[in-house]
Amino acid sequence: MNWFAKLGLNGRWLVIAIPSLWLLIFFLAPFLVVLKIAFSEAAIARPPYTPLITWEEGRLLLTLNFGNFQYLWEDSLYLLSYLSSIKIAFFSTVFALLIGYPMAYYIARSDEKIRNILLMLVILPFWTSFLLRVYAWIGFLKGNGLINNFLIWLGIIDTPIIMMQTDFAVYVGIVYTYLPFMILPLYANLVKLDEALLEASADLGAKPMTTFFTVTLPLSMPGIIAGSMLVFIPAIGEYVIPALLGGPDTLMIGKVLWSEFFSNRDWPVASAVAMAMLILLVVPVMLLRKAEVRT
Amino acid sequence: MAQEPLAADAKPWRSSEETPFIKLRNITKVFGDFTAVDDVSLDIYKSELFCLLGGSGSGKSTLLRMLAGFELPTSGTIEIDGQDMAGVPAYARPTNMMFQSYALFPHMTVEKNVAYGLLRDGVSKTEVKNQVGDMLALVQMSELAKRKPHQLSGGQKQRVALARSLIKRPKVLLLDEPLGALDKKLREETQFELVNIQESLGITFIVVTHDQEEAMTLACRIGVMDQGRIVQIGEPEEVYEYPNSRFVADFIGSVNMFEGRVIEDDDDFVRIQSEDAGCEIYVSHGVSCSPNQTLWFAIRPEKLEITKKKPKGSTNIISGIVEDIAYLGNLSTYRVRLDSGKIMRLTRTNRARSDEDKITWEDKVYITWDDKAGVVLTS
Repeated sequence: MNWFAKLGLNGRWLVIAIPSLWLLIFFLAPFLVVLKIAFSEAAIARPPYTPLITWEEGRLLLTLNFGNFQYLWEDSLYLLSYLSSIKIAFFSTVFALLIGYPMAYYIARSDEKIRNILLMLVILPFWTSFLLRVYAWIGFLKGNGLINNFLIWLGIIDTPIIMMQTDFAVYVGIVYTYLPFMILPLYANLVKLDEALLEASADLGAKPMTTFFTVTLPLSMPGIIAGSMLVFIPAIGEYVIPALLGGPDTLMIGKVLWSEFFSNRDWPVASAVAMAMLILLVVPVMLLRKAEVRT
Repeated sequence: MAQEPLAADAKPWRSSEETPFIKLRNITKVFGDFTAVDDVSLDIYKSELFCLLGGSGSGKSTLLRMLAGFELPTSGTIEIDGQDMAGVPAYARPTNMMFQSYALFPHMTVEKNVAYGLLRDGVSKTEVKNQVGDMLALVQMSELAKRKPHQLSGGQKQRVALARSLIKRPKVLLLDEPLGALDKKLREETQFELVNIQESLGITFIVVTHDQEEAMTLACRIGVMDQGRIVQIGEPEEVYEYPNSRFVADFIGSVNMFEGRVIEDDDDFVRIQSEDAGCEIYVSHGVSCSPNQTLWFAIRPEKLEITKKKPKGSTNIISGIVEDIAYLGNLSTYRVRLDSGKIMRLTRTNRARSDEDKITWEDKVYITWDDKAGVVLTS
């Protein structure tokens, strides 16, 4: 027995300790810092906010400023951008599901030999920078971009369609970026689907469409929920895509957060926005957990 | 092969005038370069319980799946109740299948599983409820109607699967290894139940199994399959007592097989000289063979007599040394090493509770049999 064991430490404890420590230092500590700033006041100083705890005339004072949260509620910009973020994330998720489900289904049902190749193709875009891929979309969508030029060449349109700096471009960017996150959990679910169940359904008189809605779809629900959460959650807080592809009237909370921090230099309000967003995201995460427990 | 005459109406396959209910004609199924089913033609009659018996890879399951419509034959035709099944998809066929894995829908309760087929036919809600209730009562699952499949035992799942496949009163019920997953006791119970249900509903059953005992208890007729072909069709007794090939004789039950040469071929008897057996075999009925032809003599273990005293006569007597005895309670199995070196297996019913002069290990014994007890096989 060494000193290590005498202290009541064992390998098991160590294994848990490393990720716990990691989370503590790199997640919980910054979180507490942001929480602290959210309750302070903006000040022209360095750092640009007032301290929470002060020592004045022999009294220890804790000053909690709820004004930032009140401000979030009073200025409709924040509420509107939250709602707009939810709307964009929601519809992006729906589109990703509609596009991703058939792809996942096809991969899961295809021959085992080409299945891995197809999965590779789904993951392949991750091998290039996310930023580069979003920039590439600008090349497709802009006024004299590939799509417009092609349509004009075909003679379908005379003047370019304005796609850049619209919500449409934001949808394209988000659905494109997060599609693999929809496909992979769906694939993992659908590949486990017992073919005999589909045969049993057909055998009992169900046409293929009916079989899909009564057997395949309900059984793939855990995959749908997992995939949807993996698209919805990052899409809500997305900053890069709306900043690059969206226009000035594309309201998303990630963009607001950015301008609050860097343009207005109002750290307390920005922190409050971040906290509110976190709470907004915790709800779907809990839903995801619940769905995982059920399967 | 003289057989007692039986009522023709009970055995439709014995009458040439009966129209078969299911007609398979020259069915072949090829997967890549593997021929799973090879030119199978088969007639199955109404209300019959037909067993397809064969080892794994014999093509029996593929044949069943073609009847259900999950696979399409490469060539040949399937006709059910006068209707050609070509181009009829699985969901429109008058067949239902009980899957080997049961394939119960895991997200539905027992009740919903059973109701599934009726709901697809647009039967009214109240009618569905009544029929599901009746069917669950028939398979004794009424109490567990609200359970999900994962809360059921193997035997219970099997009942639900049966109920689900019976509820539409299909013209033909296809059963893929229906009792495979059950333990021995439950199996035996279920076998008789299955036969009872089949008889009371009058549905034509086609059962696929690799278990010859299961086939014997269930079937009206058995079709023995090997390498994609049906090698013999017959009633259980026929297949057991009169196998038409070494494969069938060996596959169904256990058998002692001796290679021999015809030394005398008469209309009423055959004499075979066998090196294997180390004696002359006399068979008291005519066999279509020619002198000097090599053939096989097969005899079942229970048809042999074993004594310590040398019997009279010169044919059908083999001597050997008892090498092993297995006492099974109701019977004992003996393994006897013949003078030729071959091991012969025989069984004897334990009639008396104790035997003074009983045969034991290393005893020199004589084995004899009736001259009608064995089968001469030419292929």
